[in-house]
Amino acid sequence: MSAPTPAPAPAITVQVRFFAALREALGPQQTMQLPAGSTLGELRNMLLDQSSRHAEVLARDRAVRCAMNHVMADEATVLPAGAEVAFFPPVTGG
Amino acid sequence: MARVSIQTEDFDLTAEVAALRAGDGGVGAVASFVGTVRDQRDGSTGSATELEHYPGMTENAIEAMIDRAHARFRIRAVRVVHRIGVLALGDQIVLVAVASAHRGQAFEACEFLMDYLKTQAPFWKKESTPAGSHWVDAREADDTALRRWGVDAPNAGRAA
Repeated sequence: MSAPTPAPAPAITVQVRFFAALREALGPQQTMQLPAGSTLGELRNMLLDQSSRHAEVLARDRAVRCAMNHVMADEATVLPAGAEVAFFPPVTGG
Repeated sequence: MARVSIQTEDFDLTAEVAALRAGDGGVGAVASFVGTVRDQRDGSTGSATELEHYPGMTENAIEAMIDRAHARFRIRAVRVVHRIGVLALGDQIVLVAVASAHRGQAFEACEFLMDYLKTQAPFWKKESTPAGSHWVDAREADDTALRRWGVDAPNAGRAA
């Protein structure tokens, strides 16, 4: 008997939002599916592969900040199912 | 009274300060800061600024920074108003007002809150001139201002 192949990690769905110049380039939001346990950085990698426009405006040499569930977050953040992730330029309020 | 308002309407400094200290006989000092729309370039007239924000996160971020100010300074009350939408040159954008027993803590907390807001609250300014429109760049100087308080949370740089 051969060993059972490991089951793939269940997928989770996250909502991705863009603001300011990123919203103008990519639209206000999109839904993404990715393996459970994925990080914000892995989500960004998937987005970078989506289109040349994504690759340009989300490139890691660009000033882009991230939030998860309405709190500033870094790429090591693990995404729970149903998370809302946002990408945006440095903030300029006040 | 709510501590934070995000609104398109203008605000009245006198009315906001009166409401902030109403009913609290322990208030001996109020420090306030009002930010206004300036021309980002050459001082030419005819420009407008549009403010975008991230509804939900904006309120969260400002409530959290007010909590940090209360933990750090001896202050009695804080009020923050930030406008969104289209604003003209010279319009008021932001109000931070802090009430305390003595002036020192009110001045410090007011500056702490503004340094925080400039680098951590999700607002973005887009300036329109007759020549076209552009997103305003973040300033490294604002990150430096926040670091004075021992908070290292860079905004303008490339770090994600």
